[in-house]
Amino acid sequence: MSIAATQKRGFGAVLWDYVTTVDHKKIAHLYLFAGGLFFLIGGLEAMLIRIQLAKPDNDFLSAGLYNEVITMHGTTMIFLAAMPLIFALMNAVLPLQIGARDVAFPYLNSLGFWLFMFGGILLNCSWFLGGAPDAGWTAYAPLSTTSPGHGVDFYVMGLQIAGAGTLIGGINFLVTVVNMRAPGMTYMRMPLFTWASFIASVLILFAFPALTVGLFLLMFDRMFGTAFFDVSLGGNTIIWEHIFWIFGHPEVYILILPLFGVFSDVFSTFAKKRLFGYTAMVFATMLIAFLGFMVWAHHMFTVGLGPVANSIFSIATMAIAVPTGIKIFNWLATLWGGNITINSAMLWALAFIPTFTIGGMTGVMVASVAADYQYHDSYFVVAHFHYVIVGGTIFGIFSALHYWWPKMFGRILREGLGKLTFWTFFIGFHLTFFIQHFLGLMGMPRRYWVFHSGDGLDLGNLISTIGAFFMAFGVIVFIINAILTARDAKAPADPWDGRTLEWATASPPAHYNFKQTPLVRGLDPLWIEKSEGKGKMTPAEPLGEIHMPNSSFLPFLFSLGLFVAGFGFIYQTDNKAWLAVLIGGMAFSLGTMVVRSMKDDLGYHISKEELEREAD
Amino acid sequence: MKGWMGKLRVLTLLGSIALVLSGCGRENLSALIPKGYGAETSLDLIILTAIVMLFVLVIVMILYVTVLIRFRKKKGKEDFVPKQVEGNKTLETVWTVIPIILLIIIAVPTVIATFDLADTKGAKDELNVDVTGNQYWWHFNYNGQEIQTSQDLYIPTGEKVYLNMKSSDVIHSFWVPSISGKMDVNPENENTMYIEAYEEGVYWGKCAELCGPSHSLMDFKVIAVSPEEFEQWVSDMQNVDPKAVAEGETAQEGQALFQENNCMGCHAIGSSPVQVGPNLTNFGDRSKVAGVLDHNKENVMKWIMNPESVKPGNKMTGNYPTLSEEEASKIADYLLQLQPSEITPESAGN
Repeated sequence: MSIAATQKRGFGAVLWDYVTTVDHKKIAHLYLFAGGLFFLIGGLEAMLIRIQLAKPDNDFLSAGLYNEVITMHGTTMIFLAAMPLIFALMNAVLPLQIGARDVAFPYLNSLGFWLFMFGGILLNCSWFLGGAPDAGWTAYAPLSTTSPGHGVDFYVMGLQIAGAGTLIGGINFLVTVVNMRAPGMTYMRMPLFTWASFIASVLILFAFPALTVGLFLLMFDRMFGTAFFDVSLGGNTIIWEHIFWIFGHPEVYILILPLFGVFSDVFSTFAKKRLFGYTAMVFATMLIAFLGFMVWAHHMFTVGLGPVANSIFSIATMAIAVPTGIKIFNWLATLWGGNITINSAMLWALAFIPTFTIGGMTGVMVASVAADYQYHDSYFVVAHFHYVIVGGTIFGIFSALHYWWPKMFGRILREGLGKLTFWTFFIGFHLTFFIQHFLGLMGMPRRYWVFHSGDGLDLGNLISTIGAFFMAFGVIVFIINAILTARDAKAPADPWDGRTLEWATASPPAHYNFKQTPLVRGLDPLWIEKSEGKGKMTPAEPLGEIHMPNSSFLPFLFSLGLFVAGFGFIYQTDNKAWLAVLIGGMAFSLGTMVVRSMKDDLGYHISKEELEREAD
Repeated sequence: MKGWMGKLRVLTLLGSIALVLSGCGRENLSALIPKGYGAETSLDLIILTAIVMLFVLVIVMILYVTVLIRFRKKKGKEDFVPKQVEGNKTLETVWTVIPIILLIIIAVPTVIATFDLADTKGAKDELNVDVTGNQYWWHFNYNGQEIQTSQDLYIPTGEKVYLNMKSSDVIHSFWVPSISGKMDVNPENENTMYIEAYEEGVYWGKCAELCGPSHSLMDFKVIAVSPEEFEQWVSDMQNVDPKAVAEGETAQEGQALFQENNCMGCHAIGSSPVQVGPNLTNFGDRSKVAGVLDHNKENVMKWIMNPESVKPGNKMTGNYPTLSEEEASKIADYLLQLQPSEITPESAGN
């Protein structure tokens, strides 16, 4: 592999490069592209929902199809859009922020991506093979266990495979942060994005196994005749709700914490101030993560758990407001007294504060059990979680993309189009979701295919639908922006006067990230060097050979095997001949593991001479 | 500056749209116009928590707007490097302790209300109704009264009525927003809640847990009448003669068709343990056909001839002989005569 990779290569070569890559920066591109694609699919599903609900008693979608669309909207947005987009950011930036040459396990990084990708494709294959899952993204039993057709089977297998990829990714980032930090990069000098990603990875490690187990139980009930959730045979459906939310609630924090990190970095960069209350921010993040495991039953207040359990979970949930409030006030204090530049990245971050505060405010409201009896499963809750997930996660992803686009692609996104995206999306978002708080309280339950003309819900739903079109417009403008930007001039290494290590290397960085591992002398290491007049990092090592991992096609093949086996699992209930596909796929995956184990792959070295020839 | 003022204006505009719309919704459906004990308890908490949280929001917004006005980059000071502040113990303590106090203000009444709404100790001395959720209709069995109804739940005003709820298939959730918050209807255990309506009226109920294609069509009504009228209704219902011959030629033919086609296999008339399909004892008095259609003969026929067109995924489709339009018309004539009581949704103010 040549370092001077600037010469034009054919499409096939680029494709092969991406399919086999183990470079965290290219895997970030893959995650971004795949997550972006699923985000568009999920967005399309959202538009179908809003068109169906534009007027009362509408028949744009049939009842059964509507349930498929809402199920796939939720599942796609959570598992196939938000998660990979977050992984894209972690991959693109986290190793750079700690001064590492790659993640701890580059091969596993690639494997994690391809498992996610094939899982996502498998899930979406259901659209063309007899219908998508229709039991809601929560897949409550017995609706999910008795749902006819194969829709829910695709849900089970798709999420199982994608979930394995996520778990692998989480473990990889944990080890990367623990083992790969540059000299001097102590834990309490790590940028907040790295900290938050680290903590989110801990959440992945503990939360995803619960989902894995739940999906296995559901799979066995649907495919192999067990009765974990079959009441008539002594099973219990509430167990699914517990298992799902023991995973599902931490998942919410997996989705939001890394973006809290993004906002911390963006605010301090564009306010030109060190993050206010760094230590408090780190511990608040940990506290949120810890409490995140203690509150799952607040999704089940109406299940009938009794007043004692409900009260305990209610108070635990409210407690999360304290560390979250600490973070909001620390961000405001970071901005206070700063010299604030407002560009696209900063607009998204600034818009997050009021939006997320409203989401947090309704969060405390829904935490109040006896009040939640009214909110639960109504549009109030729909409004609440879109305020936190869109207002937090999606705003954060947009902020991060504008902020790190130069680091990821070597180009700066255009400001004019960036602002157009922001304003249309921001206004559209509030038009769509603010009114839904009131729709819920006015008696509109969640997941309703139609409302009736006499229900008094017409105007609110119409406003909501109009807002959704604004959001869709904003997203389209963003895509145009990303495409146009490719022809712009190359971005400098440090376009924002950054503070953290990713800005100390080229945009985009060479595949080995840092020619010499930097020496970190404190929080905001680059800022320290700049304010002391040096302007660049002091190397922690002499220039020497760099050991890099080889590309590999095996992760793709391994995931492909499981993808094929997934169809075997799904269809063997119809015809036992499919067992051959199941076994064939599994055997193929096992074969790739054997190859991986037998083959010595020691990577390669970039020689000192070659490095010296490269410009800084 | 202009952009931010624009944003503020948008926010204000959004707020006022919301206020106009929050004409609070349709009476007897909206949780914002409580007509019962549970809904009132919940609304009190909703208002309390909203006020406390709005207080927090206002403080955040004041700081936020101040920051944006005062500390935005100014002409001539582009290169100004602000003081790098590490933190401030006092401030950080303040914004940790004050939220804790605010949460205690919310938590105490929350816990009190939660225990209050879950208090079912008085159940045995009061009216008990066994509620069964089915795809996609509701069955009500008045405990010890030998009365079964479907879709319309009659209750006396000013009294606690205890509902013992269980599902026959998937999970449903019982929600009458203007009377009370919701409770799930699970297949494995019985959940008990009480409802109390303050005034007479017909209150709209909805299923609030995704239960299949017709989840959004699983509407029901709670019909609250005065205790005297309720007693009257109970005795009317108990004195129904399921065998009574219908009036008029077509209705009598309809009654015969009802029997020939074995409709009773699923639908009971009069008190009966049969609850495969909705009990039809007071079908003629129902507020809606199938929970969602206006109550008239045309809609009854529409349902009988093609239930799938009304409620996709219902359990009636395909489980009875095909009926001609004439036959459906006769059966509808018969069913609409099933009006055992003068206490009806109309008399309760529908």
